[in-house]
Amino acid sequence: MKKGHDVKRYPGLSVLSFAFFLYLYAPLFVVILYSFNANRITSVWTGFSYKWYSSALNNDALMAALKTSLTVAGIATVVATTIALLAALALVRGKKVRFRKLSETVVNLPLLLPEIVLAVATLILFSLIGVQNGMLKLVIAHSAFCTPFAFLPIRARLQGMSLDFEEAAADLYASRWVVFRRVTLPLIFPGLFSGAMLAFLISMDDFITSNMLSSGGTTTLPVYIFSLIRAGTSPELNAIATMLIIGSIILATIALSIATRGQSTADQPQ
Amino acid sequence: MTDLSADNRTQGPKRKVNLPYLGLLPAWVIMGFALILPIFIIAAVSVSTRGAYGGFDWGVDFAGYRQIIFNEGWSGEMEFTPQYLLIILRTILLAGVTTGICLLLAVPVAYWIASQPGNRKSILVFLVTLPFWMSMILRVYAWMIILGRGGPLPRFLEIFGAQEGLSLMYNDGATLAAMVYTYIPLMVLPVFASIEKLDGTLIEAAHDLYGNRWTTLRRVILPLTAPGIVSGAILVFVPALGAVLEPILMGGGKQMMMGSLIQLQFGGGRNWPFGAAIAMTLLIVVMLVLIVIALRSAQKDREV
Amino acid sequence: MFRKCSFIDNRPALYVLNEHPVGKRIVMISKRCLNFGDSQMSQQTAVGVNDVSKKFGSYQALRSVNFDIRENEFFTMLGPSGCGKTTLLRMMAGFETPDTGSIQLHHQNIVDIPPHKRRVNTVFQSYALFPHMTLSQNVAFGLENLGWGQAKIEARVGEMLERVHMQDFASRKPAQLSGGQRQRIALARALAPEPKVLLLDEPLSALDLKLRQAMRDELRSLQRDTGITFVFVTHDQEEALDMSDRIAVLGSGEVQQIGTPSKVYEEPANKFVADFIGETNFLDVDVLESSGTSATIRTPFGQVITVPCASAVPHGKATLSIRPEKLNLGDQVEGVDFEAKVVKKHYLGGYTHYLLAVGGAEIRASRRNASRAGDDFPIGDNVHVGFVENSARVLVK
Repeated sequence: MKKGHDVKRYPGLSVLSFAFFLYLYAPLFVVILYSFNANRITSVWTGFSYKWYSSALNNDALMAALKTSLTVAGIATVVATTIALLAALALVRGKKVRFRKLSETVVNLPLLLPEIVLAVATLILFSLIGVQNGMLKLVIAHSAFCTPFAFLPIRARLQGMSLDFEEAAADLYASRWVVFRRVTLPLIFPGLFSGAMLAFLISMDDFITSNMLSSGGTTTLPVYIFSLIRAGTSPELNAIATMLIIGSIILATIALSIATRGQSTADQPQ
Repeated sequence: MTDLSADNRTQGPKRKVNLPYLGLLPAWVIMGFALILPIFIIAAVSVSTRGAYGGFDWGVDFAGYRQIIFNEGWSGEMEFTPQYLLIILRTILLAGVTTGICLLLAVPVAYWIASQPGNRKSILVFLVTLPFWMSMILRVYAWMIILGRGGPLPRFLEIFGAQEGLSLMYNDGATLAAMVYTYIPLMVLPVFASIEKLDGTLIEAAHDLYGNRWTTLRRVILPLTAPGIVSGAILVFVPALGAVLEPILMGGGKQMMMGSLIQLQFGGGRNWPFGAAIAMTLLIVVMLVLIVIALRSAQKDREV
Repeated sequence: MFRKCSFIDNRPALYVLNEHPVGKRIVMISKRCLNFGDSQMSQQTAVGVNDVSKKFGSYQALRSVNFDIRENEFFTMLGPSGCGKTTLLRMMAGFETPDTGSIQLHHQNIVDIPPHKRRVNTVFQSYALFPHMTLSQNVAFGLENLGWGQAKIEARVGEMLERVHMQDFASRKPAQLSGGQRQRIALARALAPEPKVLLLDEPLSALDLKLRQAMRDELRSLQRDTGITFVFVTHDQEEALDMSDRIAVLGSGEVQQIGTPSKVYEEPANKFVADFIGETNFLDVDVLESSGTSATIRTPFGQVITVPCASAVPHGKATLSIRPEKLNLGDQVEGVDFEAKVVKKHYLGGYTHYLLAVGGAEIRASRRNASRAGDDFPIGDNVHVGFVENSARVLVK
């Protein structure tokens, strides 16, 4: 291939980028590799084994933490996505909304502030008003900080969607509700879906707030993993990590492919 | 007749205006209850006194803030102690260095990704995003394995004569490594987005007007991608300031940052007013950063 | 007490009061009937625009606009971008509300009626076909919202798709269609519910030239066949002249002139209309004498002639508008004549455009190349130019 003089190409970039992706993924492969180590001591390789996977799957504390995390994340996702959808509709489609900028900042507030401050804040709040139910505390806090993650993709989708479709539906005798149900909702669905997905993931992943709020019965998965790490690295921990990494990859692939597929169906000329 | 229709018209839009406010209500309620109100409570707690059995008692006392700078002896004498100030400085420094390293890595990588053909480009963007979908604690944990005693990196260095049983853990460098690793996708994505929007003919025009690659980079590419760089810097710097997991797991007990210090006060330390004072300090630092950036970009908008 | 006793064209026209206390037979004629009687001469009004004004921020988009659109006509709102034509159309559809004035549909003020309750449909500039629905779902959408029965909807959708020659594509999605096909589906979708008025917002602007010409014919015959009132918005004067029964020329938020295509072209009401529609030459002239319909003027070349005018022009300075194709050259000259010098010429095959200098002014003339010989006037030569008085027009300066 003739190289010529491509002004947009900078020398050394591909080598650097290759190194970058290696840096991004090598640590994960190390974890995955070590999870198959037969030896109890992580760093000493003695042989290939699946045994840590079966011991992880039989770990009741792990399964309880997973259940807690899934429950909290499930509820928080529904709550946060609903709040985010309503807010996005109001902010993007509402006419003459006063304090639009302020409302937008409020919705995105969890992104602007360090999470540790928010975690401390909710801890003090719940201890002041005497909320004892650990699950309730987690659900409220998670719903709040997951909202902007659901909000941003939904808003982007709404902003990218031409008003013409909704006007055309109203022109064809559809009432507000019918316009929403039959035109707006299906067209923003990819945004709604990836927003919900993100909210779910952020909730599943959260450590700082959950660690602050969790009490005996409501240990979430990251909090449990943290306690395992404090107890020292172990091949079982590596097996758990590997399963979670694979799970994340599958979820992310599904979410992103739905989001991009949605993009291509909206490829109508303006 | 005309009066009637005028009345109807003012009523029509009024009904519509209520709907957006109704839609925003849940967001305001949850943010107000779970975020805004608690922040005021933190401010109040930060000037309260320490409770006898942990927690706090209401009051107005700046002991929490005093403790950042002074150590109160048994007899009430004040002694200047730099340890917490050092933690604050280290936090800002580490967050700043993290942002800088992320930026240095992200700009060329984002540029390279943007120059790839369509299909490969979206795969590469996906690959940058993917680690962000993985549990943060696991990403930090991966670095504990890599840098820990007997891990791949110490083993590698042992080949070159490093002492046996070397551990690269529990220092600022380890914290930094984990921070850069966890936050870099947040820098690459916005920078990529603004580089991709860049019109390729502008680069050609710069070269056409006798600019070399370096001039083009400095005078055309970087200024035009500044918005992406700024938002990437915010996305990295703000969470880095509040980092908790990295200093706890990588830095060990000694090399604390503000986040881990706060965590400690509400966990084992049980000094809520002091923890709240540190939290307020962190909040103020973050706010200052955001305000400075907002003012600068507003100024830029005026100039343009 | 009242009894309908006669019908004209299925409309209740006459009400007869049979048993009046006084015992006389009194014939009451309904107001609607009177209107109908009128419309034997001028047709009934479909859309009335009464004194409509609209401001967007500090920008005055419409300044107390008044006009009526008649039933069954192909009515075009023509004007440059920003003249307010699209705003007016959106007001008829219900997407904008006038600041003052009213919009009437069959004499009913519809300003406060939301879009989904107006029996008016729109063909959007972007077509706005719902990308997640098939073509037949798109066409059925309005009918479903009107509460039609399933069988009736299916029949109507089939009929509409056939009408726009798209019956074979019924289960496709809009993304699989070409621009012209989308256009047809947008038309079918808007016409399916049998609206009282069809609004078309520059529907041809996204199509390429050849398709645009074919669609003009199709739109025109669709309007004739359905008998539905079409309100068409465009900035393309050729489209407007070709398709319309009447044209409203809009400029800077006001109606500049309303009339048939030939009226707005041949008898422009003012400089704006003369300039916007077609090409023209403006010459500074002195008005010596004027009545309401004609004026005696002195041309820059010294002749005194009497030409038609739009309205009474005051004495003194005025503008004479004369279209390039009305200026005859060489052997074709008749009427007022003068000498000019050829400055530039553009040979365009069927026509040649000449730029001529005369008495310090430059005028453009267009000549049909009817025969090869004698059609060629070289640059720099003097040429004989002339025009018939009533093909020119005096306009207020």
